[in-house]
Amino acid sequence: MMKAAAALFLREWRIARRIGGGASIGLVFFLILVTLIPFAIGPDLGLLARIGPAILWIAGLLATLLGVDRLFQSDEEDGSLDLLINARLPLELVVLVKCAAHWTASALPLVVASPIFGLMLALDARALALVGASLAVGTPALTMIGAVGAALTASLRRGGLLLAIIALPLTIPVLIFGVAAASAASGGAAPFAPPFLALLALTLLAIAGAPFAAAAALRHARD
Amino acid sequence: MRFRAENIGVDRGGRRLFSDLSFEVKSGEALIVLGPNGAGKTSLLRAIAGLLALAAGALSADGDDDDEATLGEQAHYLGHADALKSALTAGENLEFWAEMLASPPRADRLSRQREQAPAARRPMTALAALDRLGLGHVLDFPVHALSAGQKRRVALARLLAADRPLWLLDEPLTALDQAAQARFTEIMRQHLAAGGLIVAATHAPLALDGARELRLGAALVSP
Repeated sequence: MMKAAAALFLREWRIARRIGGGASIGLVFFLILVTLIPFAIGPDLGLLARIGPAILWIAGLLATLLGVDRLFQSDEEDGSLDLLINARLPLELVVLVKCAAHWTASALPLVVASPIFGLMLALDARALALVGASLAVGTPALTMIGAVGAALTASLRRGGLLLAIIALPLTIPVLIFGVAAASAASGGAAPFAPPFLALLALTLLAIAGAPFAAAAALRHARD
Repeated sequence: MRFRAENIGVDRGGRRLFSDLSFEVKSGEALIVLGPNGAGKTSLLRAIAGLLALAAGALSADGDDDDEATLGEQAHYLGHADALKSALTAGENLEFWAEMLASPPRADRLSRQREQAPAARRPMTALAALDRLGLGHVLDFPVHALSAGQKRRVALARLLAADRPLWLLDEPLTALDQAAQARFTEIMRQHLAAGGLIVAATHAPLALDGARELRLGAALVSP
């Protein structure tokens, strides 16, 4: 079973690397969003530093959901999903492994790059560290929520927009606690630990629950 | 192994495709499903694979191999789509499916199986499986560079790369040239001789001796 999981992870990782639309596109999208905001708000460094963590989180949220709509749709189109359902790896684990590979290929580079982009928003060193930490802990929850939406829209040809409508409202709690934790250094309302721990809890809950929801949606769509 | 269908019926789009269909397939037997377009050949195969819910009746299997596995988990389903990722090479695709579709090795069973399994029932390496279909030279070609017939042959090689007793084949000979059709017919004969089972939906006649025919629309099994 571990070998099958490893083979699936490797396959997803290779596809993400070769097709593109994984790491590089997400990063460029992230960069463009972060670059656009100062143009819209104006060159007020104090204001930018105050809302910088929120900007990075919104950009991270949108960049994470970018590409997640293809998570199951491409397998549905080429017939792979029919075989994955009858594989000896339970479908719930298939979902989990695919999400892990998708997160590694598309969200992890954002987490790594977020301190660099934070510099463009005049964040100080402590704020950069907190944004990086909160994105690292919070983005898995975003990927898992996106996976449920992707499973529900897998058989729809134009499912991407519907996925955003389904998944974005569900990401609100993650966004609230993520931004609260990240802005603790730059004059946020709360200290760092409580929102960070709540964010961690949301991620663990999503990792535990979303595979079952997504697998049920995929099985249901077969009929 | 053998499996039995008792009075099964399948609905598609609110219409009963067929009903009261009963048949039994044993080790070493082939069942050819015939019928006009829309008679429900594909739906029958998908129902056996567990990808489509039965509206009536029941499918049951007596496995000598593995009691826990569902019928779908003991079956190779070859549908209209080839279930190949175009960004990966033929070899990578086959190695992935070999891991994903393999029966889990059990300590108590493994040594026994090695001794008993006839040579034709042991899973092959990706290269050996491709060689059997005359495609050994495309092992490192990305699948998007292959022709439709070559892709089909790579999909057929999947049947050899992972060992599953029941083959559910939907139009297996589509897009194949004469030589490849002859090769695959020989592979099917060897699978049957090694105790495998085949249920194939086809319009082109398959040259399998002793194969029984199931006509949908008329829903009669010839003796």
